[in-house]
Amino acid sequence: MLKKWHLALFSVLLIALLAACGDDESSDNNSDSDGDITIKYWQYEFASKVNLMDELIEEFEEANPGIKVEQTTFPYDNYNEQVAAQVPAGKGPDVINLFYGWVPSYVDAGYLQPLPQEDFPHDQIEDEFFPLVEATKMDGEYWTIPTAVRTAALFYNKDLFEEAGLDPNSPPETWDELADYAVQLTKKNGDRIEQSGLAWEPAQQGHHWLRDGLTLQAGGQVLSDDRKNVLWGDSDAGLEAFEYWLSFPTDLGTSEQGFYTDDVTAFVTEKAAMNIDGSFRIGTLQNDAPDLNYAVAPMPGKDQKSTNASFWTNGITKDVEGEKLEASVKFLNFLTSEDVMERWLDATGELPAKEAVAMQDKYVADEIYGAFINSLPFANAHFFVDETKERDLVIDAANKVLLEGMDKEEAFNELVEKTQALYDDYWSDK
Amino acid sequence: MTNKTSTSNKQTKEQKVSLFQKIRGNHKHQQYLFVYICLLLPIIFFLGIRILPTLFTFNVGFRDWNLLSSGPHPFVGLENYVALIKDEVFIKSVVNTIVYIVFGVFGQLLFGIIVALLLHKINRFVGFFRVIYFIPYVTSIVAISWVFQWILMGNGVINDLLINLGLPPQPFLNSPDQAIYVIIGAMIWQAIGFQMVLFLAGLENIPQMLYEAADIDGATPWQKFWHVTVPLLNPTIVFSAVIGTINFIQVSFTQVMNMSVDGSGGPLNSTITVVVYIYQLAFRQFDLGLASAATVLLFLFILALTLFQMKVLTRKFDY
Amino acid sequence: MKSGKIVTYLLLILGSVIMLFPFIWMVSTSLKPPMDIFTLNIIPENLTFDNFIRVFEESLFLKWFLNSILVALITTISVLFFDTLVGYIIAKFSFVGRSILFILILSTLMVPTEMLIIPWYMMSSDLGWTDSYWGILFPGLMTGFGVFLMKQYMEQIPDDLLNAARIDGMNEFSIFFKIAVPQVWPAMSALGIFTFLSNWNAFLWPLIVIESPELRTLPVGLSFFSSGEAESQWHLIMTGATISVIPLIIVFIFLQRHIIKGITLTGMK
Repeated sequence: MLKKWHLALFSVLLIALLAACGDDESSDNNSDSDGDITIKYWQYEFASKVNLMDELIEEFEEANPGIKVEQTTFPYDNYNEQVAAQVPAGKGPDVINLFYGWVPSYVDAGYLQPLPQEDFPHDQIEDEFFPLVEATKMDGEYWTIPTAVRTAALFYNKDLFEEAGLDPNSPPETWDELADYAVQLTKKNGDRIEQSGLAWEPAQQGHHWLRDGLTLQAGGQVLSDDRKNVLWGDSDAGLEAFEYWLSFPTDLGTSEQGFYTDDVTAFVTEKAAMNIDGSFRIGTLQNDAPDLNYAVAPMPGKDQKSTNASFWTNGITKDVEGEKLEASVKFLNFLTSEDVMERWLDATGELPAKEAVAMQDKYVADEIYGAFINSLPFANAHFFVDETKERDLVIDAANKVLLEGMDKEEAFNELVEKTQALYDDYWSDK
Repeated sequence: MTNKTSTSNKQTKEQKVSLFQKIRGNHKHQQYLFVYICLLLPIIFFLGIRILPTLFTFNVGFRDWNLLSSGPHPFVGLENYVALIKDEVFIKSVVNTIVYIVFGVFGQLLFGIIVALLLHKINRFVGFFRVIYFIPYVTSIVAISWVFQWILMGNGVINDLLINLGLPPQPFLNSPDQAIYVIIGAMIWQAIGFQMVLFLAGLENIPQMLYEAADIDGATPWQKFWHVTVPLLNPTIVFSAVIGTINFIQVSFTQVMNMSVDGSGGPLNSTITVVVYIYQLAFRQFDLGLASAATVLLFLFILALTLFQMKVLTRKFDY
Repeated sequence: MKSGKIVTYLLLILGSVIMLFPFIWMVSTSLKPPMDIFTLNIIPENLTFDNFIRVFEESLFLKWFLNSILVALITTISVLFFDTLVGYIIAKFSFVGRSILFILILSTLMVPTEMLIIPWYMMSSDLGWTDSYWGILFPGLMTGFGVFLMKQYMEQIPDDLLNAARIDGMNEFSIFFKIAVPQVWPAMSALGIFTFLSNWNAFLWPLIVIESPELRTLPVGLSFFSSGEAESQWHLIMTGATISVIPLIIVFIFLQRHIIKGITLTGMK
């Protein structure tokens, strides 16, 4: 017994010793001994993006001797935690890839610095990029710039269309058709849905669909142009969209929250015939469901065409300066070059953020990406002051109707009111 | 506490024995040396790794501290505490936490004792059953939470079963009334193995002759359970309740994050706990000040609860 | 009597079914192709080991597995040593500040570790501990839980036993190792498995402190399979979880007798 304990004691001491040695090794200095500048780049874990970025970094380093780029990735669910934990320690990336909806919080906290205007002139950005990148223009400055954008469209299962006697080559184009198709594609056993016509998850793409898709399609507007007032409830269009959105799980009975756990899983396993989803899903479908016979159509519309767009975008953190800033700017310029945009589409399924690159014939006519590319000119990316909270408000509004039987209009008014409160709060200290 | 006085009683008695005095003097010295040498590292550890960070958190609770901002973080007095008390979601999370503790801890103690009693009665396949009942405890919460979602979804096996029995299907995790109990159920399922181990050990230690004596007195099995088993298991029960409560408050975090429909204590905040809310405040809304204030309140709450449990549970079964 | 036994067994078997069903489902899902995860067969229709191959090929799974074992093992040894020692001292010695020390240690159980992450990270960053094994394991080297548990046991060792050893001229270290530890050895094996398990499953801190893929622990690595926007790859998560449970079950099978004999909070008198 005694020997065992000496062993234990010894190993503990050994560890302490190792740790002490570890100190000296890992005392990190930013500039390498041979005068190289190292910039730290962070993005979230998305296998195809990470792999492509490794390739791109290699090329960038070759073209720019003296600059090294270190890529670090974290799972999407914990990405913000990771950034936040490092701030009080004064650590973190130099160039960071953020979801555009998060950028206002980051800007607000002083985490980012504006893109230098001499390197990224505003008129050039506004000239070349799709106007939706303005979602991260605040206080007269562009804070981030994306390589790629994504739009949402209608994914549908061709086999299930045929089974229901629908033509797989003429997907629904209007609200009425979408509702009609959804009903025809739904299989029920009593009250229980066995096959859902349209997957419906407010927590996934559902809230974007409501805001940037349905509301605008009905002729409404969510936010005033100065981003201060929530106009969602000002015309009838907002409520009309909200009611239409909720008709799938209520009146039409084609959908159910949490149906086969979530919309993507339900669509992949052929339990849901249609789903509103983003272009980024295509890679996953190809990987995990190679046998799934599906197609993509532009999002069905009403009076106006509109769809949701979103993007991951790159910014420079506030303490980067001097040579490092120059290197970071170079890196950003490289990431937003036309060549990288094209390769980005091939590798990840995200669409070029520059109009001239995206609207090339080869992409517009593409069997799968065509629907997404063609949606770009009328795509909208809502300006979020707090993406998580605004999402939660939509989820709560839906749940109040679905679970607590609240009147749709009442739930909608509450949603508008609470969303406005978020904006008031955001602008109050400006 | 009683132990301490008995030790010192013993010591005063010993002091009277002159023979021991010299040796004791030496020993006293050696003992102090031993105590302080051994406590050196642990004291540094607990102060540095646990207490100081806790004090840091307590300090942040009085500040307006955006986690993404590198400062300054102005002192705002009790503002965060006032905001929390007015915050509906926080109040909801406190109420839920109490529900989790009351049902969850009671449930895991109850089932833990039942399984231990059953296992104690048999003499074949004991090891086999122990392993089976222990398996949930070592299974990944993330993975198993998804399995629970799958079992309980609208078209899941449990609803199939209900329909076959002629009962209406239930929304379970999608219902603001049911979701919290479903999650508590899953937590109990996972904790039974842990409690079983504790109680089996407690049972193993009850002398067989006490039961024999009770038999001679003509006690029924029920009487034997209440008058022999329960009192003698009391220390185990106290320990299990205290540790179970503390664990429950902390572990519930992972379960709620993974089982609630929106991954953050839904639907309609019906399953949110204080720890989940603290986490959201700090890492989703970056409001470290509010999160820290909530941590302080949680700390005081657990402290009060622990003292209460130790008092009540030990007194109740005093024998 | 006989029928009572049969009822007992029946109840236990019924309980086992409930306890095992979700677990078996997890294992079964790991053997199904992604399209089949909702098929109701416990025994997969299109049985495949693809998921297992993918887990090993597409990630550093083996490395993560070894990291987890290393981290869990080291913290367990450290916790066993220090917690037992501190528990022994608090239970068996009277010295200045004893109850304050115990209350302080106990109070560390009452702060959610999620909130300690920020100060821990600041500290690790200052000391250069981030992105290292030491960084992952330092917060777990001693636990309030273990001290509390071991103190409860140590209190039950009769003082006379220790005093007798002192009179025999044993020094305090030998008394601890040769007299006290053997008395609570079983309790320590219980503490050992609990500690091993909680470190094996630890997620948030290892995630935050590690940046290099090759230093990830198993739960951190597995979380990279479920990445918000990209669909969660449940078949791979189930596979990883299935593999990661195996060592724990093996350890428990070997240690269970020790453990159950060990966790006895009464008696010895």
